[in-house]
Amino acid sequence: MADVNRGKRPLSPHLQVYRLPLAAVTSIMNRITGVGMTLAAVLIVWWFAAGAFDADYFAWVDGLLTSWLGLLVLTLSLWALWYHTLNSIRHLIWDTGRMMEVEIVEKSSWVVIGASVVMTLLTLIVI
Amino acid sequence: MVQLTLPKNSQMRTGKTWPKPEGARTLRKFRIYRWNPDDGQNPRVDTYFVDLDDCGPMVLDALIWIKSNIDPTLTFRRSCREGICGSCAMNIDGGNELACIFGMDEVKGDVAIYPLPHMPVVKDLVPDLTHFYAQHASIKPWLETKSNTPAKEWRQSIEDREKLDGLYECVMCACCSTACPSYWWNGDRYLGPAALLHAYRWIIDSRDEATGERLDDLHDPFKLYRCHTIMNCAKTCPKGLNPAKAIAEIKKQMVERVV
Repeated sequence: MADVNRGKRPLSPHLQVYRLPLAAVTSIMNRITGVGMTLAAVLIVWWFAAGAFDADYFAWVDGLLTSWLGLLVLTLSLWALWYHTLNSIRHLIWDTGRMMEVEIVEKSSWVVIGASVVMTLLTLIVI
Repeated sequence: MVQLTLPKNSQMRTGKTWPKPEGARTLRKFRIYRWNPDDGQNPRVDTYFVDLDDCGPMVLDALIWIKSNIDPTLTFRRSCREGICGSCAMNIDGGNELACIFGMDEVKGDVAIYPLPHMPVVKDLVPDLTHFYAQHASIKPWLETKSNTPAKEWRQSIEDREKLDGLYECVMCACCSTACPSYWWNGDRYLGPAALLHAYRWIIDSRDEATGERLDDLHDPFKLYRCHTIMNCAKTCPKGLNPAKAIAEIKKQMVERVV
């Protein structure tokens, strides 16, 4: 067959049309929370480093991180830590070839999401 | 590489709305991706109305009805109409399906149909599967042996034969690979769920004598390990197979042979 169009073919739509299943959403959330935690770790190091640097500077950084916006970011980071931890445990189970059936993955996705929220709230209550 | 948006020549425009069939009482609206290699235009999405009283229940029935009654230029692959040839794989209502065994009643609202995602388009709903087939060929999908060929046949116990269940049924429709975001971003080097499921089908075949070489070949950061267990493959497989589990089993064998 004459194949004269190779090279100028359009790329078919992907993210534009694909309805991501729940498991795919939990997967990309794992990546996002991973990156987010790295940024949160930098924030916390900055907090400690400021304390070692000078009192006025620490007061300013401390004020920033304990403002409502700072607390929101830290709470989201806490949730990211729990989500990433719980989802990574699920990944470890998957690495053994277990719990990979579509229906079970659907259920475990909800478990990870629910448990991450519950554990975040519990942590906030305890500390 | 990850590119979330479509290249300029691939962005879709609103296309033509074809007239409703005369005298039809039960209509169903279809939005279908069109691209003509000959007119130099961008892809477009055309709207068609199908007379359900005159048409079978499956999405493929509707496509054939449109081609016969409204627009003979609508182009798609089809053959067996019973889910065994794998030709009519396409993206229907946001998931990859075989149009012949996917009922219109499984879709709420309008039926949106696109080619398999993130593939070069030959025309309309026909994707270019050349690379996909080459990847399948690269895993050597045949029995590799070193022993002398037996006089009658390569024997296999019933238990060993059962290990191939859930693998041999694959019809290579490409629904799984083109549902996989890792395959979208790294399909040039990542083999994708379909080829890897076939690789595993031969790795665990008790008669095959090239297991080590097969694992060696897959021991590569891209070919195998771009699988991040996103699970779109298993979720979308029209045959109910689980490529993600097959890939996990390959990864396990990779570990087991070094510990």
